[in-house]
Amino acid sequence: MNIIILLIGISLTIAVVFLFFFLWSMKSGQFDDTYTPSIRMLFEDKKKKADTNTKTIK
Amino acid sequence: MKIDHTATVLKCYHCGQTGEDTLWVGDKPFCCYGCKAIYEILQENDLCEYYSFESTPGVKGILADDTYTYLDEPDTRKKIIEFDSPDFARVRFQIPSIHCSSCIWLLEHLERLSKGISKSEVNFLMKTVAIDFNPQQIKLSQLAHLLTRIGYFPRISREKETTGASPSKALLIRLAVAGFGFGNVMLFSFPEYLGLDHSDHTLMRMFSWLNLLLALPVFLYSASGYFLSAFSSFRQKQINIDVPIALGLFALFSRSAFDIISASGSGYLDSFTGLVFFLLIGRWFQSKTYETLAFDRDFKSYFPLAVHKRVATELKPTVIYELEKGDRIWIRNREIIPADSILLDEKAYIDYSFVTGESRPEKVLQNNVVYAGGRLNGQPVSFVVNKKTSQSHLTSLWNHEVFRKTEESKYKKIIDLAARKFTWIVMGLALLTAGYWYFTNPLHMWLVITSVLMVACPCALALAAPFTYGSMLRVLGRYKMYLKNADVIERLAHIDAVVFDKTGTITTGQTPEIKFTGGLSAEEFSWVKRLTSYSTHPFSTLLTKHIQEQALVIVSDFRELPGKGLEGTMEGHALLIGSPAFVGATPIGNSNASYVFVSIDGEVRGYFSIATPVRKDMKAMLGRLDHKCVALLSGDNDSDHDKMTALFPAHTKLLFNQSPHDKLEFIRNLQAQGKKVLMVGDGLNDAGALKQSDVGMAVTDDTALFTPACDGILQGDRIDGLDRFMDLAKASTHILKTAFVISFMYNAIALTFAVTGHLTPLVAAILMPVSSISVVGFSSLAVRMSASRIMSLKK
Repeated sequence: MNIIILLIGISLTIAVVFLFFFLWSMKSGQFDDTYTPSIRMLFEDKKKKADTNTKTIK
Repeated sequence: MKIDHTATVLKCYHCGQTGEDTLWVGDKPFCCYGCKAIYEILQENDLCEYYSFESTPGVKGILADDTYTYLDEPDTRKKIIEFDSPDFARVRFQIPSIHCSSCIWLLEHLERLSKGISKSEVNFLMKTVAIDFNPQQIKLSQLAHLLTRIGYFPRISREKETTGASPSKALLIRLAVAGFGFGNVMLFSFPEYLGLDHSDHTLMRMFSWLNLLLALPVFLYSASGYFLSAFSSFRQKQINIDVPIALGLFALFSRSAFDIISASGSGYLDSFTGLVFFLLIGRWFQSKTYETLAFDRDFKSYFPLAVHKRVATELKPTVIYELEKGDRIWIRNREIIPADSILLDEKAYIDYSFVTGESRPEKVLQNNVVYAGGRLNGQPVSFVVNKKTSQSHLTSLWNHEVFRKTEESKYKKIIDLAARKFTWIVMGLALLTAGYWYFTNPLHMWLVITSVLMVACPCALALAAPFTYGSMLRVLGRYKMYLKNADVIERLAHIDAVVFDKTGTITTGQTPEIKFTGGLSAEEFSWVKRLTSYSTHPFSTLLTKHIQEQALVIVSDFRELPGKGLEGTMEGHALLIGSPAFVGATPIGNSNASYVFVSIDGEVRGYFSIATPVRKDMKAMLGRLDHKCVALLSGDNDSDHDKMTALFPAHTKLLFNQSPHDKLEFIRNLQAQGKKVLMVGDGLNDAGALKQSDVGMAVTDDTALFTPACDGILQGDRIDGLDRFMDLAKASTHILKTAFVISFMYNAIALTFAVTGHLTPLVAAILMPVSSISVVGFSSLAVRMSASRIMSLKK
């Protein structure tokens, strides 16, 4: 029967870890914008052309 | 004859619109210099990938200049910037024109456009872009200017956006903790559910203590809102709905804690945590609904923040409310005139659609008064401020005392009544039963009291309203009707008089109906377009946009005669475009629309009729409203009288030439007769009427541009379902009543069992969330079903 105590300990730890991660992700703003990242990941960063080509607006 | 669209329609490579004059860069057509300029900027900086995500993703470009210099004034800067240090700053701009993945891509590659920008991040749903930049390398105004140059105008409002954790975020964390507690407590309660409590006593004790440990954060943190609210209502010597809930929760928790600590039982913490969890879900649902519907009611954010004031020979950006009488201001194309002013230049075209809802720009001559809220069309002009902004007629209308609708919501009354009366009754009942059981069977007393308190807690009652109205708000939002809050649904359900505005409500300025009667060849059409493109007159703009035929011919002897028309010579032909008298034609008597005549070489060739059309399916909708449809109030002249008579039911009053004040008075009179009035309008000239009415509904074709005085916003093309929406509102009040009855039944039946001692607290606690869930489930389902039933009715 001792094994059940160990299992309970593990299950509670895991649950607490998940809760902690959820709270952390909540606070770090991961749920603030649930749409843009899904598009952002599709952008492919083009290889930069020679530096002489980059100009800036002044 | 209809115009022969043989010429290929050239869509702007940048924004997809067809332009007056096509400009070319390589093989790519552009509709205007603005779009071309944006393309060139992007090309120069190797950002043309922008065009590969979506076709024609751009926002129509408007050539901009130094509108944003005022952003660098320390006061303004402080209000806008989020984080500031000498070499790092962050600003978050609201950019209403973000609309596709190309927008995201471009706005997140701003660092390629200018030095000093380190990172930019778009929030697509909020339509904002957060930019990290180095203030030593790029000024805030330059940043705003840069965005404008690529077609993304930042909307800058003087009021600082609320930052930090939103209340719904805190609620969500509470909810997470409650859910965590609920799930785990249930897990540890399984042995008890299965009746295993005699098998291993120490294990059961351990489970109980674990449950208590898990329930503690739920009690102290998740449920704290209810306790605080109950406590503050005690301090105000009142009782609100949270009191019985708090009392029930408190009884449940302390009872369970007592059981566990005294080893007399295992408590009802599963019910307790479940209860908190479901209560918070109800709250979250409510706040989520409100959050998505929250809209800016600040009228001032419609005006530009600053204008150019002429000081000596210089132009200095000045905040509007600092303008004094006699100041000289310089207004450019598409800027809003911030205060009643007198025109200094020869003439100006002012678009009052923001104020009056009438879309036709008005011509103003030198030394005439221009009113605040008008938008300049065309050449930059100078004004002298006549009145300080706060005194202008627009703000005086806005400041009218019809600001608040005091009528209290009925369901809140019911709930408050229930809370006030019910709580006392319940507590009295609990005391009575306690007294009874004390004398007959003192062992059972605590158990019975707890059952009574728990079962009587009108949680289902508290949940019914937010769930019913909350899901109704969402359903309506899906049909493009956005209401301010749940109270509006209730008021909407009791409407028995509907009053309409005309322009922009019954008719739409979005798609003007332009017809040509007469005979012109394609080449001649292109001449007309060429000539009208020279003029800034509103009809010219409409015609230029309307005619597709392009030609690059040289115009000589171009003249624009104010109030008459245009003349010019092309390829040896003399063209006259304008009023019948100017062109030499016979005027048309029946004026349902405005007419523009065309003559070539002295011969009248035909005329354009320009009309703003009635929206689709209006007649059917007005017919269904029938006796409820009381009046049409139009600020216009009665040129549309016949068209409106045909449209409206016979008993409807058709009133024209109504001033904003007339409209307000009309509504007030109706209300004096005991009517509940729904005003459907679009512009700010309805503001008073929209406010005065029981429900003020703003109709808009452009969701980014709404009227602040309203209770709800309805997208223009959905106005044909107005009666359906009213039916829906009515249905939702019925649903709410049924939900109330169900929850009362639960309470009454369970209470009789509890008082007589036939209900153990465990069953009572199970019954509680079950009743809440069933009421919530009923109301959400019923709303959805009645919505699909009502909305799918044949038109």
